[in-house]
Amino acid sequence: MTTNLLRRKKDRIDDLAASGGTSLAADAFKRMSRSPIAIIGAVITVLFVLLAILSPFLAPKSPYIPYDELKNNLRPDSIPGPMPGFILGSDQNGYDFFSRLLVGSQQTLIVGVVATLIGVAVGMLIGGLAGAVGGWVDALLMRFTDILLAIPSLLLAISIAALFSHGTQWTVIIAVAVVSVPIFARLLRGAMLAQRSSDHVLAATALGVRRTTIVFRHMLPNSVGPVIVQATLTLATSIIDAAALSFLGLGDSDWTRAEWGLMLGKSQGLLDVKPELAFYPAIAIIIVALGFTLLGESLREALDPKNRR
Amino acid sequence: MALLEVRDLSVTFKRKGIRPFTAVDRISFDVEPGRTVGLVGESGSGKSVTALAIMGLLPKRGAEAQGSVRFEGTDLLTLSDKQLRDKRGRDLGMVFQDPLSSLNPVIPIGLQITEVLERHRGMSRKQASVEAKDLLGRVGIPDPSRRLSEYPHQLSGGMRQRALIAIALACKPRLLIADEPTTALDVTIQAQILALLQELVRETGTALIMITHDLGVVAGLCDEVNVMYGGRVVERAERHALFAAARHPYTHGLLESIPRLDAPRGEKLLPIKGSVADNIPWEHACAFAPRCPNALDRCREVMPELVPDNGGMLRCHNPVGAMQGVRA
Repeated sequence: MTTNLLRRKKDRIDDLAASGGTSLAADAFKRMSRSPIAIIGAVITVLFVLLAILSPFLAPKSPYIPYDELKNNLRPDSIPGPMPGFILGSDQNGYDFFSRLLVGSQQTLIVGVVATLIGVAVGMLIGGLAGAVGGWVDALLMRFTDILLAIPSLLLAISIAALFSHGTQWTVIIAVAVVSVPIFARLLRGAMLAQRSSDHVLAATALGVRRTTIVFRHMLPNSVGPVIVQATLTLATSIIDAAALSFLGLGDSDWTRAEWGLMLGKSQGLLDVKPELAFYPAIAIIIVALGFTLLGESLREALDPKNRR
Repeated sequence: MALLEVRDLSVTFKRKGIRPFTAVDRISFDVEPGRTVGLVGESGSGKSVTALAIMGLLPKRGAEAQGSVRFEGTDLLTLSDKQLRDKRGRDLGMVFQDPLSSLNPVIPIGLQITEVLERHRGMSRKQASVEAKDLLGRVGIPDPSRRLSEYPHQLSGGMRQRALIAIALACKPRLLIADEPTTALDVTIQAQILALLQELVRETGTALIMITHDLGVVAGLCDEVNVMYGGRVVERAERHALFAAARHPYTHGLLESIPRLDAPRGEKLLPIKGSVADNIPWEHACAFAPRCPNALDRCREVMPELVPDNGGMLRCHNPVGAMQGVRA
C-alpha cells in the first residue's frame, strides 16, 4: 500500500522531470496518447478519413450503376441479400449496397469538413472583429449571433435548407455551416476579451506596440485553442445535422447520390423488407460522429490547463 | 528641470452604481535623470495605479486621471492615444511584477524583443535580431542566440525577468518604471535582478521609479523614497535619512516589522495593527489614524498637510521622535 503510493509519487516526479521544457502542444499530445478514449477517437477518425479517400478504389462495384443480376431479382416484398460479388446484396434500386455504403463516407467527410471550415472561418471573422474592436461593433455582432443561437440548431438548419427550392450538396453545407457560425464567434470573442485584459497584452501596450500587431500577434494566437477543440466537436454535429437534412429530403435532390443520410431516408418504407438498408448507414453515422466527439472531448481535456499537473 | 514632474496626480475610479473611489490622491514628486525614486507602501496604497497613470495605461472607461504628469516638458495626460504609443517603449519603459504572465506564451522571446526594436528604432528584422542577442547578453542571459528562439515557459523565473528587463530597455528609455519587479522571484534571484537594474540604470543614465512594498529593495536601490498610504504620500526622504530616522509612524511601523538578524533572541516582531480596510477618508482626518500608535485626537479631526521636515517632506501631526507628551 505504502510502497505503491511511493512508486506512484516517484513516477509522477519522473514524468514531471521528463515533461520539463516541452511546449503546450507537445504536452497535450503526450497526455492524449495516454488516454484510451483519445486513442479510440483518433483511430476511428483516421480510419474514416482513409476510407473516404480510398473508397473509390476499395469499392468492388460502381455505386452509380444498377446491376442486372440485382435488378432482375427485385420484388416488392424482397430485395436480394448477399450473393457472390455483391457482399451486402442489392439496395431498393438494384445498386450494389456495399459499394454505396463505402462511397457514402466521401460525401459525409466532404460535407462535414467543408461546413465546419466555413463555420470556423466566418465565426472567427465575426468573433475576432467583435473581440478586437469592442464597443458598438461588438454589441451589434454579438446581438446578431445571439439571434442565431436562440433558434434550435437543427430547426435553423432545416429552415435555411428549405429556402433552396432545388437542393444540391451546397445546400446542406451552407445550412450546417450557418448553424455553427455563432458558436465559433462567441468562443473566439470570449477568448479575445480574456486576452485583452491579460498581463502580456498590457505589457505589449506598455511597449508601444501597434494595435494591429497586438491583435494579430498577441491576442489571436492565444485565443484559437478553444476554437480548434470546438471545431473537432462541431465536425461530429455537422455530420449528424447533414445526415438529418438529407434524411428529410432537404439535401441533394439527386436521389441516386450515395450519401448515408439519404440512404437512410429512402429505406424508411423498406424496414420490413430489408432492415439492413437502414441499419448500416445509421451505424456508420453513429460511429463516425462518436469518433469525432471522443477525439474532440479528449483534445479539450488535454488542452485544459485545469487538468494539467 | 526634472525629467518627470508629477503634480497633483489623482486617479479616481468611477462606475455606475458605486461610490467613486480615489485610489491616488493629489500626489506630486519629481524624478531627475539617473536617479532612482522609490514608491513604497502596502497593497492598495496606490503605487501601481500611479505607475499605470504615468504610462497612460489606465482603463479608458471607469478611470479618470487628473493633475499633470510632465515628461521633458510635455504633459503625458493630455497626449492622444497615438502619441502615447510612440512614447511608450521608446521614452518610457515598464517592467511588470509577474515575468511569466507578462510575456506572450506563444511567441519566442526573440520576437518579443525585435518587435520593439522594429517598432521604435526602425530596424530591419536582421539588425534587430543582432541587437536582441546583444541585449540578452547584457542582462546576463547565458547563450543568448539559443534563447532567442525559445519560448517563455522554457526559461526560468529569473531569466524571464531578465528578458523582460531587456525588452523594456531595448530602446534605451529615459524613464523606467519597475512595478515590484522582484516579488515573483526567490530571494537569491531578487538580489541578482536588483543588482542588474542598478547597474543598467547607472550605465545608461536612466531614471528609475521603483515600486515596491519591500523596504529591503528600497535600502539597496533608491536614492529617494516616497512612502504612500491610502493614495497619498505620507513621507518623503532621502534613503539614509529614512532609515536613520523614520518620522512618520507608518514608515516607522514598516521598519519595525522587518525581521532582523541582529535582534536579541526571542524578541517579537512588531506588526502594524489593523489593515488598510480600517482607513478613514483623508478629507477630515489622517487615514492612518485608526492604526497609528501615536494618534492624537487632532488626527481624527484635521487632515495633516505634507510639509517640509528634516530635509524631506512629512504628513503627520505627531511624528515619531517628537515630544510624546503632547498627547492630549
